[in-house]
Amino acid sequence: MKFVSSIFLTALLSFFAGLYLPWWSVALSAFVTALLVPEKPWKSFVAAFAGVFILWALLAAVIDSKNSHILSQKIAHIFPLGGSYFLLILVTAFIGALVGGFAGLTASYVRKNT
Amino acid sequence: MLNRITHARYIIQKKFTFNAYLKIMRILPFSICLVITVSLVVILNKEWQVGDNTLPPVGKFMSPQQGFWQNAEPVNKDFNASVVSDYLKGKSEVYFDERMVPHVFAENESDAYFIQGYLHAKFRLWQMEFETYAAAGRISELIGEKAINFDRERRRLGMVYAAEKAVEEMEKDSITKAQCDAYTAGVNAYISSMKESELPVEYKLLNYEPEKWSNLKTALFLKYMSYELAGYESDFENTNAKNVFGLKDFDIMYPLSQDSLDPIIPRDTTHLKPGLSLKTPPTADSLYFSKNDSSDILHDKPNPENGSNNWAVSGKKTKSGKPILCNDPHLGLNLPSLWFEMQISVPGMNVYGATFPAAPGIIIGFNDSCAWGVTNSERDVRDYYKIKFKDGSMKEYWFNGEWKQSDFRYEHIKIKDKPEEVDTIAYTVFGPVMYDMHYRGGRRDGKDDGRTDGGYYAVRWKAHDPSNELMVFNRLNHSGNYEDYLNAIKWMHTPGQNFVFASKNGDIAMWCQGEFPAKWKHQGQFIMPGTDSSYMWQADIPQNENPHIKNPERGFVSSANQLPVDPNSYPYYLGGSFPPYRGISMNRFLAGMNNIEPADMMQLQTENYDVFAEMARPLFLKYMTVDSLDETQKKYFDIMKSWNLRDDYQEKGATVFSLVWDFFEKEIWYDDISKTNLPVPRPHESTLLEALLKDSAFKFIDDINTPQKESLQDEMLKGFRLAADSVKHLDAVGRLEWGKAKDTRVTHLARLIPFSRLHLQIGGGKHCINAASEDHGPSWRMIVSLTDVTQAYGVYPGGQSGNPGSPYYDDFVDEWAAGKYYPLWMMKKGDETNAKVKFKIVFGK
Repeated sequence: MKFVSSIFLTALLSFFAGLYLPWWSVALSAFVTALLVPEKPWKSFVAAFAGVFILWALLAAVIDSKNSHILSQKIAHIFPLGGSYFLLILVTAFIGALVGGFAGLTASYVRKNT
Repeated sequence: MLNRITHARYIIQKKFTFNAYLKIMRILPFSICLVITVSLVVILNKEWQVGDNTLPPVGKFMSPQQGFWQNAEPVNKDFNASVVSDYLKGKSEVYFDERMVPHVFAENESDAYFIQGYLHAKFRLWQMEFETYAAAGRISELIGEKAINFDRERRRLGMVYAAEKAVEEMEKDSITKAQCDAYTAGVNAYISSMKESELPVEYKLLNYEPEKWSNLKTALFLKYMSYELAGYESDFENTNAKNVFGLKDFDIMYPLSQDSLDPIIPRDTTHLKPGLSLKTPPTADSLYFSKNDSSDILHDKPNPENGSNNWAVSGKKTKSGKPILCNDPHLGLNLPSLWFEMQISVPGMNVYGATFPAAPGIIIGFNDSCAWGVTNSERDVRDYYKIKFKDGSMKEYWFNGEWKQSDFRYEHIKIKDKPEEVDTIAYTVFGPVMYDMHYRGGRRDGKDDGRTDGGYYAVRWKAHDPSNELMVFNRLNHSGNYEDYLNAIKWMHTPGQNFVFASKNGDIAMWCQGEFPAKWKHQGQFIMPGTDSSYMWQADIPQNENPHIKNPERGFVSSANQLPVDPNSYPYYLGGSFPPYRGISMNRFLAGMNNIEPADMMQLQTENYDVFAEMARPLFLKYMTVDSLDETQKKYFDIMKSWNLRDDYQEKGATVFSLVWDFFEKEIWYDDISKTNLPVPRPHESTLLEALLKDSAFKFIDDINTPQKESLQDEMLKGFRLAADSVKHLDAVGRLEWGKAKDTRVTHLARLIPFSRLHLQIGGGKHCINAASEDHGPSWRMIVSLTDVTQAYGVYPGGQSGNPGSPYYDDFVDEWAAGKYYPLWMMKKGDETNAKVKFKIVFGK
């Protein structure tokens, strides 16, 4: 339950931060969440990673669907993704998640381990 | 007692070390992870060179809330909005129809042009900026060192210098100053309202941001069009050819006219007696026409196919009894399109047409009284003078018997990721010294390609002279009749255009208008001596001596970039390069048409009949030794023989003919031209065709590299056999059909293939009225029937939105390729509730 709320909180904070701050605010959001919800380091990493991954994947997928994949298919040709908008969404989510994951992991070392 | 103290100390020490150990066990991983996190952010927030390409900051680019995802517009996006600005004087409404064409209803012109600027920026900001960066020679700033020569070329041609003079001139007149100021304010209002996530996707890919707009940028755009339309010349190549072949053979290879010419102004039209008499320089025979210094300078040129078609038919030839005017400008086919459709309605002016994002006004269009259009005049208004400097400092040059001081202009060229370069350019009485020991053209990236000519060449370009092009279009937009049209077009100095006109009261007219230098025969065709004033342009052709016609007997006016008049009957040298075939085709069709309706004009604009092939094929049918062909070659010859002379998409004969002619032509000229390594111009196809039609023993047929004398039959056979190999190859990969071989495409301005439209299903070609070639062609097609209620049709290969993520980015392309048109809706007050209206933007204080 704590683990799930960690994921959810990461996603929520990242979303709101992203409304006002640049893209790397996912790092700040994941860091803050991992501070507030103490976990073992590997759990903090996975929760932060999953939180940002789910948020970015969801946001991208919704945008993509409303756009009928017009732009994503083109970008997925500019980048070597064979025109697959699905892959592009995955790559998008992975990039944000990687940054978030390491930020969460960093925060987990601030507190004593439980 | 001592034991307990010792033991306690031992425990405390051990615990202390253990705590310290624990701490270190947390500080170390914390620091490492912090470094990793921060490094990731930094790496993903930076651009990286990957081979030839530059990767944008991937973290920023991929973020759903800031990056390219924000440009992925919902297909049912709501464009309704309200815009407030202190610059606006009143309240205005803009209605968008289903094609996202804005219909602007404003209370005054200042607001209208503000709105035009705002809308141009909203839909096409990146394109406007990119085109003006290119004009200003600032591409190195965006993509780095590899564009350095591109930039140097434009600075040295004086693009920025010309734009600065144009702004001065445009701002001297209160009308155009107000128009341009309002336009600039509108563009800037949009730019300042834009959030970073709203930046067009190309900015995100190339990782830069827009600048503020200015009147100078509008002027730069207009000079960009001047470069495209009035920047073509081949003076260096002509000089080399004259030196290698001698003037006599030069005149045979590069004649000033064609036998088949059907000039813009009908031959039987009388012209005014010339008001000027020109003096050929006394040294012309010894210094200019004779053999002198050649040059290996090679520079960028605009596309020589830049041109257009236009015509107007009078009421006596139409079903409605009212004139119909048509225009299709031929330019590079790009996305976003050069053109943006809109309507501007203010009290006293209601006008619709194609506009240029980057400039105010309607450029090609119609209002409630009349319509107008343009084709390129093709006249040579760019000449070179060889300068004699005292020394390498270029401070003094010899002119009219004394040393004259040059001026210097310092062009600062910013280069991405490198320090800026300062290019010093000497300015003479002729103009900028474009080529000197520091710059000789050649490769775009500036790497040395062995060019050796160390001469100094100044360029005299008409686009440097003060001119107010905005006034032309401002006045045309307001025009009500022929007199207004004349008062409008006389403001056009450069680029000269053949302006077609038609009005609801029945007039049709054509003026070959521009401020053209009055030249003696061959003046400016070769590099001229720059040591005295005798070779300078002596005057401009008086405006009323420009060829023109109004309401001709034959009931139509037309132009397709052919010679405006028979050069033998016109007192001034025309210079330039004038393709004859579309004009011949157009006039032939128009002469034979009656009871004309818009649908007939649509068919004519998309006509694929190849008049050049009609004239050239008989040569092959007559002189080909068919018996010497093998099975496959004979098969191809039969395809060519039975071809219907149409460059339709599916015609294999068109491809075969085209390849056969190309290889045959090369066979004739190559041996002569390869006498030299110097660049020389390619002779026009009309030259060879007409020479052979007159004389099958044309002197250039013979291959000078062989001891025997080849005949026309020999060369034709050789050329055909070589062509047959190419034909076979295309056939094998299933691309022998003309449309597939030609492979017309519309390319993104930054050459991003995924943002381009490839493999378009369209026929036509450079010898057809439907002049669609590989990457060039009718960039706008317009047909206006000047009935009481105007009926207009138009289409362009693009879409109103410049956003590749929008469904409106390229939604017109297929219609255009299929030769279809959209009705152009001249919206009226009261139409606001019409079903065609999809969105509304309100502008106010």
